[in-house]
Amino acid sequence: MDIHDSPSPGATDAIEIATPRPREHLVVIGNGMAGCRAVEELLARDAGRFRVSIFGAEPHVNYNRIMLSPVLAGEKTFDDIVINGHDWYQDNGIELIAGDPVAAIDRAAKTVTSQAGRTIGYDKLLIATGSDPFIIPVPGHDLPGVISFRDMADVDAMLAAAATGGDAVVIGGGLLGLEAAHGLMLRGMKVTVLHLMPTLMERQLDEAAGWLLKTALEDRGQTVLTGADTAEIHGDGKVAGVRLKDGRDIPASLVVMAVGIRPSVALARASGLAVGRGIQVDDHMVTSDPDVLAVGECVEHDGQVYGLVVPLWEMCRALADGLVGKPTGYRGSVTSTKLKVAGLDVFSAGDFSGGENCEDIVLRDGARGIYKRVVLRDNRIIGAVLYGDTGDGGWYFDLLKKGEDVADIRDVLIYGQAFASGGGRADPKAAVAALSDDAEICGCNGVSKGKVVACIEDGATSLDTVRATCKASASCGSCTDLVETLLALTLGDSVESGPKTLCECTSFTHDDVRREIVAQELKSIPEVMQKLHWSTPDGCSSCRPALNYYLLCAWPGDYADDQQSRFVNERLHANIQKDGTYSVVPRMWGGITSPTELRAIADVVEKYDAPMVKVTGGQRLDIFGIRKEDLPAVWADLNAAGMVSGHAYGKALRTVKTCVGSEWCRFGTQDSTGLGVKLERMSWGSWMPHKFKIAVSGCPRNCAEATIKDFGVVCVDSGYELHVGGNGGTKVRATDLLCKVATEREAMEYCAAFIQLYREEARYLERTAPWIERVGLDTVKARIIDDAEGRAALTDRFLFSQSFSQDDPWAERAAGARPEHHTPMAAFTPRTEEMA
Amino acid sequence: MIGDWLDIGWLDEIPVRGARTVPVAGGDEIAVFRTSDDKVFALANRCPHKNGPLSQGIVHGHSVTCPLHNWKIALATGEAQGADNGCTPVIPAKVSAGRVLICRASTLKAAA
Repeated sequence: MDIHDSPSPGATDAIEIATPRPREHLVVIGNGMAGCRAVEELLARDAGRFRVSIFGAEPHVNYNRIMLSPVLAGEKTFDDIVINGHDWYQDNGIELIAGDPVAAIDRAAKTVTSQAGRTIGYDKLLIATGSDPFIIPVPGHDLPGVISFRDMADVDAMLAAAATGGDAVVIGGGLLGLEAAHGLMLRGMKVTVLHLMPTLMERQLDEAAGWLLKTALEDRGQTVLTGADTAEIHGDGKVAGVRLKDGRDIPASLVVMAVGIRPSVALARASGLAVGRGIQVDDHMVTSDPDVLAVGECVEHDGQVYGLVVPLWEMCRALADGLVGKPTGYRGSVTSTKLKVAGLDVFSAGDFSGGENCEDIVLRDGARGIYKRVVLRDNRIIGAVLYGDTGDGGWYFDLLKKGEDVADIRDVLIYGQAFASGGGRADPKAAVAALSDDAEICGCNGVSKGKVVACIEDGATSLDTVRATCKASASCGSCTDLVETLLALTLGDSVESGPKTLCECTSFTHDDVRREIVAQELKSIPEVMQKLHWSTPDGCSSCRPALNYYLLCAWPGDYADDQQSRFVNERLHANIQKDGTYSVVPRMWGGITSPTELRAIADVVEKYDAPMVKVTGGQRLDIFGIRKEDLPAVWADLNAAGMVSGHAYGKALRTVKTCVGSEWCRFGTQDSTGLGVKLERMSWGSWMPHKFKIAVSGCPRNCAEATIKDFGVVCVDSGYELHVGGNGGTKVRATDLLCKVATEREAMEYCAAFIQLYREEARYLERTAPWIERVGLDTVKARIIDDAEGRAALTDRFLFSQSFSQDDPWAERAAGARPEHHTPMAAFTPRTEEMA
Repeated sequence: MIGDWLDIGWLDEIPVRGARTVPVAGGDEIAVFRTSDDKVFALANRCPHKNGPLSQGIVHGHSVTCPLHNWKIALATGEAQGADNGCTPVIPAKVSAGRVLICRASTLKAAA
């Protein structure tokens, strides 16, 4: 019987059931990690649902792009990083069109056309075009030898360049750039990383961790230039070097541009899909066209675009769920980054930028090169940055994603999961109590809990005595909290409280910090904060100026002053007044002036409408009411008359007050004015822990009031009485007599030595009076009078330091340095209708 | 057409942990801060205490300490921290492609 000739109703039914429903055709644009993962997810849910075709721009099967760095570094081959080989496409009936990118989408006709001219129809289209490397359009960016770091072809180009050795420049100190730099270095190239921002990986790491990373990379032989702004790439037909905007020129036969990526949306935009920063999709990864979906780095979901792999997996799951009719929906991702470059572990997750209602918990362990920072809001982790030891990254990230309340483990949170999950979940003391006797407390000195407890039981009742006897917490100090807890556990309430710390950002005192800066040769503020485990990301308005001073004092001529860590007066070289204007005090050596100087001052007063000029208590003229933007011009005018800054604004040597002395006065015994001028010439420009004033009186009538100055000289017939430690501040203190000397030369030498002793040993914002009361006059005498060698050394150190500091800051500014301190960034004139 | 955002310049024109000002014709100055993590914040350039120029203060974390009497102001909210009470108007600010943008309407309001 021929069923075609005489079909029966039943037979027809049978044929319809036997013939498979024509499968819908899913066309995927993009053979990368997102496109193929989406297909995998779909196959796992319903293998028979779609007929799948995948277009790929690269002539490869699906590979793991994240693993390109190990390929570059020679740790893996291409075969090692293939995710799905040819078998996978074959076994699942997937048509792979590799090396022929899609050139156009016709949504009306529901077809795509490839570059080679192949047109195929789709029922559902999935766009997974990923992202394109961002190329900075500087001159020379298109020279041969300038490449990005995005695909296998880039890796091949880098390997070819490395085969001939030479210099490479990597522009971009982000994750990708650092991986490229590391790979090229392992391949034998001399690598320089140029990064525009002040610290590396600034999107993932805070300043402290970025600084550590830079230091470690430099230790491994890379050159890392931060704040490096590329002006042009140059070369004759081929790359020869990179020139920076500051004029530096770095030779390079290869330039890798790794400054960022942006969603690849050109194709989607040309086809009329809604595109913002990326292709806009809903929670089911559907674009503005219900038959077109998109996934991965090319999409924008809820205003966010992602450049990491975890969100991509989550998107692929939501997409597959939607396609098989069981929509779950994508809700956006919280991301974390883990990087291992040159053996350096870095982890960051969530939002670590801090801000309102956020609390930072910071652990710094300088000796082990570890930095951990966890950011909390309402007792929940919202961000974390780990450097050096990233073992707990996953745990913090898990707590972050779950939004778990960590109030109970807050005190031990920063020590990591093992510690926090131990015996003392609710009570941090119990956690320490639960530690076994052989648990290591101090890693630097190998001191166990048993040894610390024994040391306390043997009579150590304070942190300092523990440090002195068993060395626990005596090095990097990161175990200080643990030792303090052991003190409290062992002694109960009889623990001695230690001296006051520098500020709330640290457990170290001023003296500790000064000592460690010298002992460990710490030469920058981030370095001090790291090695001395600061508990805040970048300090506060108390510690930053103090550290800036301590570093300046310890390393004259070497330390680069940090303007942003200075109080406004020292930043603008003028005194801020209550209305926000400034007062300006030119130096008048020893209080002497001249017609030229007086004219210059009078002219400035008129020219800049200064409402007042006043004689100060230190015998100088103070011009009030100068506007911030006029300061450079005022300085230029005063400079033109030969006057320099009086430093009346600084924690610095201010004035040397004098009387007229033997030159005019009928009682004067010595040339007090002349000596005053000499002392001021010697000591001007020196930064101090606090303001510092000198006076020289010509006879015991003491008209210059030398006995209430930080350093006072009272001239007598037989020589010079030297007085120290006076002030006329809130608590008036008359000086102590230091000694008497016979000559001017000695008076000057003792003065220099005293100033240097004060500069090196007093605490920041401690004037000489409280300093001397604290350390005792006898100590000062022992150092300055009894120890001639020590005195000479102090004097030498002071004069050495002065060789770097006696530049007039006004001249520098008047000549145009740091205009950003004086000029507005922009001006805004509202439109007439807005002003109404 | 009046845009929502005022483009006031490049991020790197503001010193890290520093501030620049934007005078507003007929109104108060705006202070634009850049923190160590390269976030930007904008406030009216006056402390709620005695109108100190906040742009001249020391910037640390996401706070600025006023140069006149050491009041500590949160950059995100303009609120005085600690025992002090007071608030400075905040102007929404952001960085886009390296350019610093501040909210036009809030700038007008804060400067009024």
